[in-house]
Amino acid sequence: MDFALNDQQKMLKKITREFAEKYIAPVAEESDFNSKLDEKVFQKMKEMNYFGTCIPEEYGGAGLHDDTISFCIVTEEIGRLDASWGITTGVHCSVCAYPIYKFGTEDQKQRFLIDLAKGNKVGAFCLTEANAGSDAGGIQLSAEKDGDEWILNGSKIFATNGGIAKTLLIVAKSGEKGSRKELTIFIVDADTPGYSVGVKEDKMGVRASDTSELVFQDVRVPHENILGKVGEGFKLAMKTLDYGRISIAAQCVGLGQACLEVSIKYANERTQFGQPIGRFQGIQWKISDMACAVESGRLLTYKAAYMCDNGVEYGLASSMAKLVASEAAMKAAHSAVQIHGGYGLMKAYAVERYFRDAKVGEIYEGTSEIQRMVIANRLLRQGANIL
Amino acid sequence: MKIFVCIKQVPGVSEVRIDPQTNSLVREGIPSVTNPFDKNAIELALTIKEEQNAEVIAISMGPPQAKEVLREALAMGVDRAFLLSDKAFAGADTLATSYTLALAIKRILKGSKDKTNYLVIVGAQAIDGDTGQVGPELAEELNIPQITYVQKFELKEKIILVERIFREEEIVIIETRVPALISVLKEINTPRNPPMSGIVKAYKKEIKVLNAEELKPDKRKIGRHGSMTEVWKIFVPERKGEQIILEGTNEEKVQELCRNLKNDKIL
Repeated sequence: MDFALNDQQKMLKKITREFAEKYIAPVAEESDFNSKLDEKVFQKMKEMNYFGTCIPEEYGGAGLHDDTISFCIVTEEIGRLDASWGITTGVHCSVCAYPIYKFGTEDQKQRFLIDLAKGNKVGAFCLTEANAGSDAGGIQLSAEKDGDEWILNGSKIFATNGGIAKTLLIVAKSGEKGSRKELTIFIVDADTPGYSVGVKEDKMGVRASDTSELVFQDVRVPHENILGKVGEGFKLAMKTLDYGRISIAAQCVGLGQACLEVSIKYANERTQFGQPIGRFQGIQWKISDMACAVESGRLLTYKAAYMCDNGVEYGLASSMAKLVASEAAMKAAHSAVQIHGGYGLMKAYAVERYFRDAKVGEIYEGTSEIQRMVIANRLLRQGANIL
Repeated sequence: MKIFVCIKQVPGVSEVRIDPQTNSLVREGIPSVTNPFDKNAIELALTIKEEQNAEVIAISMGPPQAKEVLREALAMGVDRAFLLSDKAFAGADTLATSYTLALAIKRILKGSKDKTNYLVIVGAQAIDGDTGQVGPELAEELNIPQITYVQKFELKEKIILVERIFREEEIVIIETRVPALISVLKEINTPRNPPMSGIVKAYKKEIKVLNAEELKPDKRKIGRHGSMTEVWKIFVPERKGEQIILEGTNEEKVQELCRNLKNDKIL
């Protein structure tokens, strides 16, 4: 068992950290305020291949499709400086580009994947609806077959990257088998007539990351745009989310790390009662608890990534990683603000943003409650020895 | 055309500690990086390559861990990388270093059709030693023209046109032909960040290590024995006195300055 990063991973980490500090950090606060990603950073992110990290080179990616640990490291380092960017590229790569690479046909890869991996188009994966979130069975967006085409009607909400995405994976109800809904995933081009972006959400945190409502009115999608087979939607969506959760976990680890770093710096600099506040046990316990939580999240994330790369079923591991890392980030952000005292509430300090950015981790791509359900169901069915 | 870029691994901070016992740099806990000027050299080489047909070759001399800076150069887009590494090269001063680098360049050129169609680009100086000598000495070893402290560069049909900084304030425009060596300043360009795909590709490439046996040097000219200079002592200059910043209008500042100088019995 080797916990050390290899040389290539160390270089990816170093270069991404340098890049993020140079380009992402200076505009993070402004992007948060404007609820919009910085266009110049966007171009730079494209040049750096961050839209195709986990996609093979032949499809325009960086070639880290079989090195998910590296994908995690990159997402973590981006998320460390701005969770909004960690989410944007993380979601784009993990639940849109990657499933097309993994489950798509060669034709779909040529038509959609290359542009996604190069960052020419942003991608999104849309499952959530007004009456279907944690319960994917509640999906009402319908797909009806009409000759060689399918007609999509309905709407999606809370779609990450939704408003800026040009390629969308849409989970739709394509039929019913008895009492069970049959779900299918369609690759939809945002230029298709009948498709429109509805309300762009104004959020508490990760404000620069786009979250939008998507509306489908008689959107005609060719049959060859079905990802996998008709009726495979639920299975593929779950597999997609297994991978996506690793990316979310990594982004949360990055945010937790950021909280820890600023807290340590502040605890060493801020003096009260004649000594740095880091000398007080009350602060020390917070720092150590934050570090333990963040590191637990990191190790679970890397383990899930390792299992993914080695062909081992990793759904349970990715749920655990996502649960622990997101709660660690929230806990770390909570403590970070507390350590900063009054300053922690001020916009001038990054922890104020970290606190708002942390919460979404516990909610999207499966709430903490859903993760606990998934984890417990597996354990109760298969026993503790599956760990 | 072949473009050689000579790069050096240096400690990542400008203020390094020195062990007073051994007079050597304390390297523990200090990350190693590519000398910043050398990144400008790599960037220039890559820009030339993008405009015309050229092969960019990075060379570094150092211990095995110096491979790291060559790997980064490959990630930026350099075609090939060579590490000159041997215990016999250790302790080299700038003269011995440039001699060894020249041997490597000559050896790599051996296989090419036109042995004079090349350019050597180096950073103006390294942030650790700060001598700025390796470039000029290397040009002498190769017996080619050299232009140092270049801030603007153009290459057309083997004719090089550069702007060089002279006496820190004057600009001199110089023309020469390849083969030539130029040393570049930071002002010349902004080095690119290696993209993720570049890093992945860099780790698939081989970094060729050349040792003393392969370079067949004159043993009296390499390493510590080949060095004409000897480091007696390295030290951080002691801080003498406090820095005082005077504020107010110019008149007030001058009056305050005079008062201070009188108090200190200087005036």
